[in-house]
Amino acid sequence: MNLSDTKGYKVFRYFNIVVMILIVAITFIPFLNIIAQSFSSERFITAGEVFLLPKGFNVETYVAVLRNQRFWIHYRNTILYTVVGTAIAMVLTTLLAYVLAKPKTRLKGKSFWVGFAVFTMFFAGGIIPTYILYNNTLNITNTMWAVVLPMALSIYNMLIMKSFFENLPEALEEAASIDGMSTYGIFLKIILPLSKPILATMILFYAVAYWNSWWQAFMFLNDWTLFPVTLFLRNLISGATATGEAAAAEAGSTQIASNVRSVSMFLTVLPIILVYPFVQKYFVSGIMLGSVKE
Amino acid sequence: MDFDSQASGGEIGRIGNNPETAIASAPSTMSMDEYKEKLRNTRVSKFESVTKSLKKDWQLYTFLILPVIYLFVFQYLPMAGNAIAFRRFIPGGSMFGEEFVGLRYFEMFWNDRTFWRVFRNTIIIGGYTLLFNFPIPIIFALLLNELKNLKFKRFVQTASYLPHFISMVIIAGMIMEMLSANGIVNQLIMRAGGDPIIFLQRAEWFRFIYVASEVWQRTGWGAILYLAALTNIDPNLYEAAAIDGAGRLKQTWHVTLPGILPTIITLLILNIGSFMNVGFEKVFLLYNPLTYETADVISTYLYRIGLGSANFSYATAIGLAQAVIGFILVMGANLLSRRLTNRSLW
Repeated sequence: MNLSDTKGYKVFRYFNIVVMILIVAITFIPFLNIIAQSFSSERFITAGEVFLLPKGFNVETYVAVLRNQRFWIHYRNTILYTVVGTAIAMVLTTLLAYVLAKPKTRLKGKSFWVGFAVFTMFFAGGIIPTYILYNNTLNITNTMWAVVLPMALSIYNMLIMKSFFENLPEALEEAASIDGMSTYGIFLKIILPLSKPILATMILFYAVAYWNSWWQAFMFLNDWTLFPVTLFLRNLISGATATGEAAAAEAGSTQIASNVRSVSMFLTVLPIILVYPFVQKYFVSGIMLGSVKE
Repeated sequence: MDFDSQASGGEIGRIGNNPETAIASAPSTMSMDEYKEKLRNTRVSKFESVTKSLKKDWQLYTFLILPVIYLFVFQYLPMAGNAIAFRRFIPGGSMFGEEFVGLRYFEMFWNDRTFWRVFRNTIIIGGYTLLFNFPIPIIFALLLNELKNLKFKRFVQTASYLPHFISMVIIAGMIMEMLSANGIVNQLIMRAGGDPIIFLQRAEWFRFIYVASEVWQRTGWGAILYLAALTNIDPNLYEAAAIDGAGRLKQTWHVTLPGILPTIITLLILNIGSFMNVGFEKVFLLYNPLTYETADVISTYLYRIGLGSANFSYATAIGLAQAVIGFILVMGANLLSRRLTNRSLW
């Protein structure tokens, strides 16, 4: 291989390393800027002097935000929605993925059920009918269910899990079934313990999705005590830029200091950034699992 | 990403096991009566085999109950709720509307100048996104693949995925901070001697901001599937090419690219299919009345007229039209790819 490393290729390799370093820098700069602002005093931010390092270093904004009762209500809501939502989503996803992974000979009408699920990936009901359904028929607006339920079954995740189940050796289940184990027993005692890696990946996918979601809350909740922290943040930031947006009023004030916004943003992404280095391999392996079957 | 070609999407809309297929397999020597008899038997035995399977394996079928109820209520009911695109909806009335009005609401948007503006914006923003967001992850994956130092490669990869896991609210917040009058972009402009630009209030900048931030957010994660495909290429192919005198560039062209072509096509189909679904969240968070001219897209417009001004039926008609176009695009891209390359999602 090294024979083909021409001079041009060597130049390219150095160039490539520089490009990669630039990409990493561009990825991190916005985060570093927010962190720098969160520790800076407002005076320097307004003067446009905060770049990647804090200026007028202080932690007062952190103290102020962390002492704010409202912030904690929102934070607690986010945790609650993430836990409840992920639990429901895991039940639905695992059940569906397991049954759809069975061969046609065992599951009659398999193609219909797969089609029933996959069709929803490509055709959705639209936001207005959805809103009317939640508000008039199901009466779940302004409750946590309106935030938790819309995202409780991702067909994309289900397909990844299904392909994991399909790759488990069929012989295991057959042996257990000859030993007189019921389908429930096989599922709980054999399949689930074998599926820990995919279960971990799915829990992470759903937990991140719930943690980050704001749109369902924005659509379906009116009572601010139910807002997740992302929606609180959305109202903070749009209060700062919107020209005549109603959101400015919602946020309670039209001028929210940049450092308050930065602190709130940082505290919201913090859990994700903290766990990210340790769990990112699960995310990647999950995506790979879905793609191995060619 | 593989949608299980034998079993999944291809059978969309095909209802269960169709006994009519027995007709095709009936030998031509059979008399009509014999044939009908056989058909009846097939039906009966199909029915029997389903009931038998239900009896013997009922526990397995119970796994379907919760997810199917869920999908019915949260996916199929809203789809049926699209009926109000053809029926007048009265707040507090039936979610399927009160009286049939035909295509009135469709005529309404056909004659609505704002609709055509947002339609155009959707296509332009979607087009730019496809143009940049589809090839850039491929290039990124190819460049990553050339890194010899594996630790460095892994670090770049891990760093590049990070934006994928950040809430759109935070992304929008960071964009706003960076582009504000005293943000880092304007700091650089002023240091270079220019005047600060209030980017988010200038319509001519919106599309650039949208597409550039999409690239920032999605390049790393978008490269994952290509990287997976790259590891599956047989190294012998490279050696053979090198022996034939192919340099690195030629190897990339003749070995690497054909190796990841199936992945490229799959993702292209998906990208074309989602072409009209310009990210509602990001546009909604970043636009404002000053930038509607270039920023307002179909989904944000129908949100405003639907939930803002309570024109439920009109907004539903627009949403339905968009969903149908999107569906046709996926089906069309899939069909085209099957015709041209023999590869498709189903």
